[in-house]
Amino acid sequence: MLWSSPFITTPTSVSQIMLRVLYALIPGIALYVWYFGPAILVSITLASITALATEAVMLKLRRRPLRPFLSDNSALITAWLLALSIPALAPWWLVVVGTAFGIAISKHLYGGLGNNVFNPAMIGYAVLIISFPVHMTHWLTPNMLGEHVLTFGEQLDYIFTGVLPAGSTLDAVTMATPLDTLKTQLHLGLSVNDIRDMPIYGHLSGKGSEMVAIGYVIGGLYMLATRVINWVIPVAYLVTLFVIAGIFNLVDPAHYASPLFHLFSGAAILGAFFIYTDPVGGATTPRGRMIYAAGAALLTYLIRVFGGFPDGVAFAALLMNICVPLIDTWTQPKVFGKKGAAK
Amino acid sequence: MAIPGGNYSHSGSGMRRLYKFHGGVHPPTHKAESTRTPIAQAAIPSKLVIPLHQHVGNRAVPVVKVGERVLKGQIIGRPEGRLSSGVHASTSGTVSAIDMQLVAHHSGLPDLCITIIPDGKDEWVAHGGVDYKQIQHTELRHLLRQAGVVGLGGAVFPSDMKSYSSKHHIKTLVLNGAECEPYITCDDMLMRERPADILRGGEILRELLRAEEVLIGIEDNKPEAIAALQQAVRDGKHERTEVIAVPTLYPGGGAKQLIRVLTGIEVAAGVRSTEKGVQCFNVATAYCVWRAITYGEPLLSRIVTVTGNVEHAQNFEVLLGTPVGELVVQAGSKPDTDRHIMGGPMMGVDLPSGAVGVTKATNCIIEGSPKLFPPPEPALPCIRCTRCADVCPADLQPQELYWFAKAKDFGKTQEYDLFDCIECGACAYVCPSHIPLVQYYRFAKNEIWQREREQQAAEVARERHEYRQFRIEREKQEKAERLAQKERAAAEAKAAAAAAPPVVPPAAPAIHPDVSPDDTQQIRIDAAIERAKAQAAVTQPKNTDALTPQQQAEIAEIEARRAKLRELAANPGADDEPPKSN
Repeated sequence: MLWSSPFITTPTSVSQIMLRVLYALIPGIALYVWYFGPAILVSITLASITALATEAVMLKLRRRPLRPFLSDNSALITAWLLALSIPALAPWWLVVVGTAFGIAISKHLYGGLGNNVFNPAMIGYAVLIISFPVHMTHWLTPNMLGEHVLTFGEQLDYIFTGVLPAGSTLDAVTMATPLDTLKTQLHLGLSVNDIRDMPIYGHLSGKGSEMVAIGYVIGGLYMLATRVINWVIPVAYLVTLFVIAGIFNLVDPAHYASPLFHLFSGAAILGAFFIYTDPVGGATTPRGRMIYAAGAALLTYLIRVFGGFPDGVAFAALLMNICVPLIDTWTQPKVFGKKGAAK
Repeated sequence: MAIPGGNYSHSGSGMRRLYKFHGGVHPPTHKAESTRTPIAQAAIPSKLVIPLHQHVGNRAVPVVKVGERVLKGQIIGRPEGRLSSGVHASTSGTVSAIDMQLVAHHSGLPDLCITIIPDGKDEWVAHGGVDYKQIQHTELRHLLRQAGVVGLGGAVFPSDMKSYSSKHHIKTLVLNGAECEPYITCDDMLMRERPADILRGGEILRELLRAEEVLIGIEDNKPEAIAALQQAVRDGKHERTEVIAVPTLYPGGGAKQLIRVLTGIEVAAGVRSTEKGVQCFNVATAYCVWRAITYGEPLLSRIVTVTGNVEHAQNFEVLLGTPVGELVVQAGSKPDTDRHIMGGPMMGVDLPSGAVGVTKATNCIIEGSPKLFPPPEPALPCIRCTRCADVCPADLQPQELYWFAKAKDFGKTQEYDLFDCIECGACAYVCPSHIPLVQYYRFAKNEIWQREREQQAAEVARERHEYRQFRIEREKQEKAERLAQKERAAAEAKAAAAAAPPVVPPAAPAIHPDVSPDDTQQIRIDAAIERAKAQAAVTQPKNTDALTPQQQAEIAEIEARRAKLRELAANPGADDEPPKSN
């Protein structure tokens, strides 16, 4: 078979890029297991199986070849990101429903790999938080805080049968997220400083969760080093979030948490390196990426602080996904030799 | 914004600031294989297939006949029109055919070639050189045109047309020795072995352009060539001439990229570099300019790298017209070779056959095999990772161009500057989805050209149709008027008849008794001709007379538009120069 030039290509492939993203999640997951127990591994496994099965069914229905698409690893990224975005100790069907919806509706109904307007994992998250808000608030208490730490067997029991060991209640083993707690306590009239003295908070944000975030930073740096992701989005997102949170914090430190707290709370770090950097639904021009990331940071902060949801990362992603065509059109770079000149 | 690079290079006359262009890639160079041995003289082949169209512009017109004996260096194709170049017999022999043959061109279409059977004597036509300092510039350019000197970097633009600038002052003459494509080493070897003649050719070009300085850009992976030229600059005492090592980065040897690196000037697509005070020639072109002027040697041969799937990759000095098949055996082409690629692996083209002749554009033949160039993996959808945009030297957004080209939204591709794409292939080289991006862009460009041609044709047809409609309408009107007139006349006659007394009808023309029947016939014919003439005199006068001013204005307008179209059709220019994208 003959084809036209170029006759050579780099060995890079989509599946290899996606695999590196999965590798990059491993430090964060390892720390997650360390601080919260192995329940997260169960939900990651459930999500992965669901993602691949849904992908296969949808490919069959769309009459597309299975092999190249099942091996591109993109479904696994959706699965892992969704599993990491929702409580680990949740009924098994929660993560299954979210993953299946994300893959089937927001990925394949839009045309599959490369064509999804919205990040499938974030669509899955949005569906779950709107449909099952209660289930989405029971986050595992980090091991160092829990009076009663569930064993792996007990976690499995709860995930698949909904039964907790005798003498233990869901409230005893789970808690609201540090972000959520901050919001509720502020409503109750406490100041940020009082709230931060509560035992669930560590140096940066929540005990345990701040360490997981550092794990994500390590993975993010790995992706930057291997050029899996471009630096613009993570940097622009984190800087903007820091600046906005910093301004509010400077003006009224009693009511607005510190910028570092915002960076290491919730899914901000995960978002900066793993979610907003999803190339398919993200902006592609250099200036567009800055606008996209800055907009996402602004929305994240607004939703967190003034909105009704515990975190704003997912909705910020979806809202900015909508803006991408406009942003990309507006920010077309000037081509060679036409810089400075009006097009 | 492109950021000027912080690269400094040590060159003959000190430090020079270099600039960066956006993007670029580092494919494996594979240049060592073909630089181990000096340039070899390729054998005179069994026949020469010399295309008459080896340059940009009009095809040369054959000036020899089949069966005629030609001498080495004899002109066999005369340049035709303003933009054209001479074609010569590369060796002595007999013209065996002048016909359509497959040629080494990306279109894959046959073109007019002159086939010569060499006699092996390699006998020169009478020729002699001149001292360029004693000759007027117009005469020098004429000599270059007659000698068939064209750009040997691959663009094959007639050098005489590039070696003057009446409107703009040329500050810098760039000699391009970058040779960024993998595998190709013909310029490298030429610079190593014949640096003095390159510099002398550069002097002629500098003289023609009245340029202030000569900058020779060579990628820093060719230290031998850089050293050889630097030595030659010192030995030849060339002033205001600098040999500059530029970073090895594909496609840094593109004329516009090299101009950017050396001078910081960006020349946009569709703009001539002379407008920015720079002109660029390939080093091999400069060499040929020197040979053509000083020795009167037309362009008869060129250095060709033969590499890839061969036993001993090497550079050859090859007579133009040498069938590629006869050339590659001299380098030991291996049996599993399945293709001959002309050019490099990034921008080269598959030759339609080993029978095509080496042309002025043939810088390299890469013998390909399935092992050397495995077929591309099946393409996956674009994931908008923008690795393509990161490496694009034209600062394009290849992912968007791909999207629009795939959707056949050609208007959008033009809005996104499709015609600024230089088809360097860097985007497709890095694409993790293995999408043949360049093929999509070529497709879109061809579709747009095709549509423009069709639109032009449709425009002409529409004009023609409108005019026809107009004419039919007018004839109808005239007919109606004539009828009305006739009726009026008849009515008047009737009225007159009614008023006047009856008259005797005129007698039939009497036939003279002593006139033969033949003569009567002749008289009748003459009378008929007379009538016809008279009638013609009445109805024929320019059929645009007797019209309302408005109608006449309309006709004038249509005529003007037709004239413009005729003009367009006469100077298409679209074959060589892409239409401007904006």
